[in-house]
Amino acid sequence: MTSVLYDAPGPKAKARNWIYSGIFIVLLGLALWWALSLMAEKGQLDADKWSPFVTDSQVWTTFLIPGLLETLKAGAIAMVIALPLGALLGIGRLSDHAWVRGPVGAVVEFFRAIPVLMLMLFSFALYSRYTALPSDVRPLYACVTGLVLYNASVIAEIVRAGVLSLPRGQTDAAKAIGMRKGQSMVHVLIPQAVTAMLPALVSQLVVILKDTALAGALLGLAELLSMARQISANYANTIATLFVIALIYIVVNFALTSLASWLESRQRKSKKSTGAVVAGDVAEVDAGGAAGVGEAP
Amino acid sequence: MFDFLESGQYDVLGAFWVTVQLTLYSAAGSLIWGTVLAGMRVSPVPLMRGFGTAYVNVVRNTPLTVLILACSLGLSQTLGVNLGGDTFKETGFRLAVLGLTAYTGTFVCEALRSGINTVPVGQAEAARALGLSFFQVLTLIVLPQAFRAVIAPLTNVLIALTKNTTVAATIGVAEAALLMKEMIENEPQALFAVFAVFALGFLVLTLPTGLLLGWVAKRVAVKR
Repeated sequence: MTSVLYDAPGPKAKARNWIYSGIFIVLLGLALWWALSLMAEKGQLDADKWSPFVTDSQVWTTFLIPGLLETLKAGAIAMVIALPLGALLGIGRLSDHAWVRGPVGAVVEFFRAIPVLMLMLFSFALYSRYTALPSDVRPLYACVTGLVLYNASVIAEIVRAGVLSLPRGQTDAAKAIGMRKGQSMVHVLIPQAVTAMLPALVSQLVVILKDTALAGALLGLAELLSMARQISANYANTIATLFVIALIYIVVNFALTSLASWLESRQRKSKKSTGAVVAGDVAEVDAGGAAGVGEAP
Repeated sequence: MFDFLESGQYDVLGAFWVTVQLTLYSAAGSLIWGTVLAGMRVSPVPLMRGFGTAYVNVVRNTPLTVLILACSLGLSQTLGVNLGGDTFKETGFRLAVLGLTAYTGTFVCEALRSGINTVPVGQAEAARALGLSFFQVLTLIVLPQAFRAVIAPLTNVLIALTKNTTVAATIGVAEAALLMKEMIENEPQALFAVFAVFALGFLVLTLPTGLLLGWVAKRVAVKR
């Protein structure tokens, strides 16, 4: 226990901690008991509500795995498009020319201020009115468009923070050997910024994956969450279904979050890096990501 | 082009008022819940620390849509817990506030925890040397300073929360996103105008919040 907020517990404090633990466990137990008894009362604990997820492989092969794949697909496409776009916007915001900096800044601020859901709804309507996209791929296109518009602007901010986080000496040295602004950006700043940004970009992936659920709920994209309706229609087990689906999201996202914090700690320790790290919390949705947050020193 | 606003058919301001109310109630709720969580996560009782850590990791990695749907489909429709709302409208609103609070609380907690790290070690040590208990150290010395340090990150959380309230549209709460969906369907010829109106509404809600609280953050920051 290395916290400054309290001393290493002596015998008395240890006893007190046990008492608090006891009280806390009783409270938790009561809450759990209340929830379980409520569920039991409505028959949600019956074995046949939960067993399909173990015994019936069809639940997985027809619903959950295709749903998860669709979620991952939408997230991956959105990330692949948003990354270069965001990088361009981020570099644009750092431009020396006001006529580039200004408009790019306005675009970034605009799309950051609009909820993703609205961007998705808007692009869905746009596609159905003005394009000949077949209706079965329309939700995916709308979802990806919404995600790209929003996340490109967030990534732009991450890129900007990444470049700005580099020590001034890097730009100065590049200038000193006669590099132009563009050259120093491409050869000196961006390659270093990319490593500094990596943790933040991985945490942004979590945000994207979470947001695909919106397209499932309102646009009818066949992603993981939208399977909840179909499974519970077949087995009448709303709570069990939502529980399992939430669990899948948590496992996938927790793996990504852990990867981000691992990358970050490696970055901080690495002797090769400049020591600059863009914390995961630059992305405002994921405020307070893994970065800079630990046990009190 | 904007004649759909004059027809009196759509209550745009009313929808944004619901958005604002959702934001304010959830902000108050998640501030309280997040502070409690942060207190647990730094407390000397291992069990509470474990609970805090587990809660934050689980809830932060769950899509908000899943949480809000679970409140509506699971808690309300299947289990019959209705939080005392009389009408369908009220019930949905309260369930959305519950989901938003449960979700946003984790971000408030993490922001606060990083704020606790900005308080110099000597402050807590001095407080302990005076014989203050953990609870006193936390509430009298550390948290007041931590709060002043994290106003900027909390502003980001608040802005994200404002945008996240649109997720309540998935359970039919009559806020801005749901009205926009309805208007897009009914007024297909005015698609861009409808989007412009709602985009502007959100700019009006989020930009001043950021500017105002950014100014406050600078004013109240502890100068060290």
